[in-house]
Amino acid sequence: MTFENSILTILTWLPVLGAAILMFTPKTALSAIRWISLATTLVVFVLSLALWQAFDASSAGFQFVVNMPWIGDTIGYRVGVDGISVLFVVLTALLMPAAVLASWDVDSRVKEYMIVFLVLETLMIGVFTTLDLAMFYVFFEGTLLPMFLIIGIWGGSARIQASYKFFFYTFIGSVLMLLAMMGMYWDAGTTDIIRLLGHEFPVGMQTWLWLAFFASLAVKMPMWPFHRWLPEAHVQAPTAGSVILAAILLKLGGYGFLRFSLPMFPEASAQFANFVFVLSVAAIILTSLVALVQTDIKKLIAYSSVAHMGFVTMGIFAGNALGIQGAMFQMISHGIVSGALFLCVGVIYDRMHTREISAYGGLVERMPQYAFAFMVFTMANVGLPGTSGFVGEFLTMIGVFQVNTWVAFGAAFGVIFSAGYALWLYRRVIFGALTKDSLKGILDLNLREKVVLYPLIVLTVVFGFYPAPILDTTAAAVDNLVAQYSASIGADPAVALADERAPLEYVAPAEGAAQPADDHAAEPAAH
Amino acid sequence: MNSDVTDFASLAPAHPEVLMALGVLVLLLVGVVINKERSALVSWLSVGLLAATGLLVMLQPADGVVFNGLFIADSFGRFMKVLVIGGAGLALILGMSNAEENGVHKYEYSVLALLATLGMMVMVSANDLMSLYVGLELQSLSLYVMAAIKRDDARASEAGLKYFVLGALSSGLLLYGASLIYGFTGHTNLGEIVVAIANEGRSIGLIFGVVFLLAGIAFKISAVPFHMWTPDVYEGAPTPVTAFFAMAPKVAAMTLMIRLVMDTFAPITSDWQQIVIFLSIASMVLAAFAAIGQQSIKRLIAYSSIGHVGFALVGLSSGTQVGVEGVAIYMAIYVGMTVALFACVLSLRTDKGYVETIDDLAGASKARPFVAAVMAIVMFSLIGLPPLAGFFAKWQVFLAAIEANLYVLSVIGMLASAVSAFYYLRVVKVMYFDEPKAEFAAVPGELNVLMAVFGFLIVTFYFTVGNPLASWAHTAAGSLF
Repeated sequence: MTFENSILTILTWLPVLGAAILMFTPKTALSAIRWISLATTLVVFVLSLALWQAFDASSAGFQFVVNMPWIGDTIGYRVGVDGISVLFVVLTALLMPAAVLASWDVDSRVKEYMIVFLVLETLMIGVFTTLDLAMFYVFFEGTLLPMFLIIGIWGGSARIQASYKFFFYTFIGSVLMLLAMMGMYWDAGTTDIIRLLGHEFPVGMQTWLWLAFFASLAVKMPMWPFHRWLPEAHVQAPTAGSVILAAILLKLGGYGFLRFSLPMFPEASAQFANFVFVLSVAAIILTSLVALVQTDIKKLIAYSSVAHMGFVTMGIFAGNALGIQGAMFQMISHGIVSGALFLCVGVIYDRMHTREISAYGGLVERMPQYAFAFMVFTMANVGLPGTSGFVGEFLTMIGVFQVNTWVAFGAAFGVIFSAGYALWLYRRVIFGALTKDSLKGILDLNLREKVVLYPLIVLTVVFGFYPAPILDTTAAAVDNLVAQYSASIGADPAVALADERAPLEYVAPAEGAAQPADDHAAEPAAH
Repeated sequence: MNSDVTDFASLAPAHPEVLMALGVLVLLLVGVVINKERSALVSWLSVGLLAATGLLVMLQPADGVVFNGLFIADSFGRFMKVLVIGGAGLALILGMSNAEENGVHKYEYSVLALLATLGMMVMVSANDLMSLYVGLELQSLSLYVMAAIKRDDARASEAGLKYFVLGALSSGLLLYGASLIYGFTGHTNLGEIVVAIANEGRSIGLIFGVVFLLAGIAFKISAVPFHMWTPDVYEGAPTPVTAFFAMAPKVAAMTLMIRLVMDTFAPITSDWQQIVIFLSIASMVLAAFAAIGQQSIKRLIAYSSIGHVGFALVGLSSGTQVGVEGVAIYMAIYVGMTVALFACVLSLRTDKGYVETIDDLAGASKARPFVAAVMAIVMFSLIGLPPLAGFFAKWQVFLAAIEANLYVLSVIGMLASAVSAFYYLRVVKVMYFDEPKAEFAAVPGELNVLMAVFGFLIVTFYFTVGNPLASWAHTAAGSLF
């Protein structure tokens, strides 16, 4: 038992331990239940920071690896993180305390609520830390169960339909992925992801495997036109449920593309790249337009999530370091920003019990601090330079520009539209005259809400000006991924890799960021 | 019989059956002698006898063929026998509370259950068409009576009669198939039949025999299109009897099917494979859609069991060792889930009696949070949703199907499992999302224990029973190859 071989196991299973303690806590001891949940998630968060601290960003391989036999001769207990997964673990651990705090006022079935959330945390961290194909599916699909209950039990008025839709969209996609995983097992003879990454699947088989994975991941992501479940799930879910759904569960799709589709089925990925581009651009433009006409705040943010995920898929399938780095950054940034936006909606929903945009207006007069917080996250959602939202969108667009100019051209419209719907939303909710009687007594952020929102503001701005902590962590793993991908599809890895460095040099100063430059300075010149 | 009988020690492979047979006779006498009021004693003694037999099976493993090749004991048979005995014993425990109301308070009920179990053990170990039929009929005749044991109840009598008529028909089919096989191969011993088929090749008559034989067994495992009796019998029979029907007999008949197709009909794999694949697809798809419209919980469970037989057959369709391993694991997990499921159903009583329709479950999560939680866990597990045990069962059988390149079957099966999620989720929805309507009565202690134990095992499957079960099933399946 050293830090090296136990940290991931502890991180993954600690929330379940918390849930087990809750199970034996009396149902009426509400504050004890809340504090136990908060303490558990905070400990997990601190441990995840320790993990990030101990993580060696210069190495492209998996770290903290444990590999033991587990069940039968197929499934093993295999865990490990690399530059792609470690940040998702930290993101999950960061947002769970926020979700618990945002649920402080939940008053029905508090015990079950917290147990379900802690179980969900274990499953989410498990997805990112497991290195066993079968266990990946167990965790990936396992998240359906708590989320179904969260939406169905603690959701809004139309919660039943929303929970069913959520369940069936994701479940039907996933079962096909499960069959593909079994096919991979028989072809490669193992469910060990490290060994699968080194296995070359026959090209003809890759196409089918890619499609089966796509069926699951595209729904999870969600990509247009498989996104129909998302707006309803978001609208009906309780605040914390929306936060976790937007911030983490959607990232499972992107993570799956990066972990499986791209490195394991490179030929098929290259073959389907244009298909993904078309869907991504369609998502960016169409769902942005749809977001413009929404009258429900949560629905508007949900559609904007679909649009932002379009940037992610576009970046991933650009297949160069810049695009994938951008996609990674965009996912982390979107996790923070969209999570925070849903928290903001939760703040006013708790006070007014409506999500209709028309029910609000002029909030700035009574809630200046809230108006400020909401503004920061709205700007980050728009992609204003100086916020984390900008870096991801910008990098993915440069990445895809090198592959397909027209796609980048189309995606650029999304940036404009997003400014349109986000600013318009902000104007209608925050500005204008405070004429509605119901709003006259509304109170500004209380201490609990400040504790949740202010750290996220800091992160949004810090990563906007100084993206290096994230980009440095992912760089080695992404370079490795891109080098292998380019080699498999016969492209020159040097081009895909070298190009990454050059624009970063320019992006970073423009952002005031201090991307360590010296060791890459020679590359553009040599290029 | 020859001198084998004289030497009791040489009958070691059949000792569990001998113990069981003698025990049943003793219990029958005990039941006749003691007062009617004390028949609970017979129930507990029966459970004790089953436990003793189960321990004998597990702790004194003896492989071999006895009774002139009529009876075989191997590790595959032992695995399945433990499931049969466990399923029967747990079903008896399930019936102990409110036995009077269910009509299962008579001592004959326990004795019949034991006789049925003895029949199933003979089925599991059958190595000859004769012993196969003897075991099957001992089981079936006991079950017919059990279905109608609540004889004043019109529905139970109807269920018993229906079961008898259709069961007799299926026995006829099976016998006809057996006679054709005997006619075309000249043997009744399974070991000699396989040699005969391998030497002489397939003939039309033989294939006819195989089809009839498999059709007869398909009746017993209630695979579509031979499933019609299942919903009616499940609904009509008293709930503890339904629980009994849902577990042990299915395992025994499934074992019979596995042994026949994997061993005896191995030389004509492509022929029986078509039949099994058809049964599998038909069961999965029909059950998934037919269950959606059901209002009665027991009918829902009936269709669910039909669907699960279809999933188990997916593993058998592959015709490989991994497939048999998958079916063995599937049946084990299925029995575990069914125990928990019936414990929940029997725990939910209102002042008007047991809950019958799904809508009666409304708001159970508020009135009986523990029962509702276990029931929800079982429902999610029946869907095959990870991280619960049901997922591992599906994982194993579909793994085998993919290995055998049965892609179409796998895709259809997976989509059927997605459709089936709809009706399982409805139960969760009613319990958790709807408002309570009725008060529920207190839950008997032994049901609480069963729910706690099996709920715990289903949730912690990967950490507790997963690995031992997988390795045991691996050994068991290995003995067939």
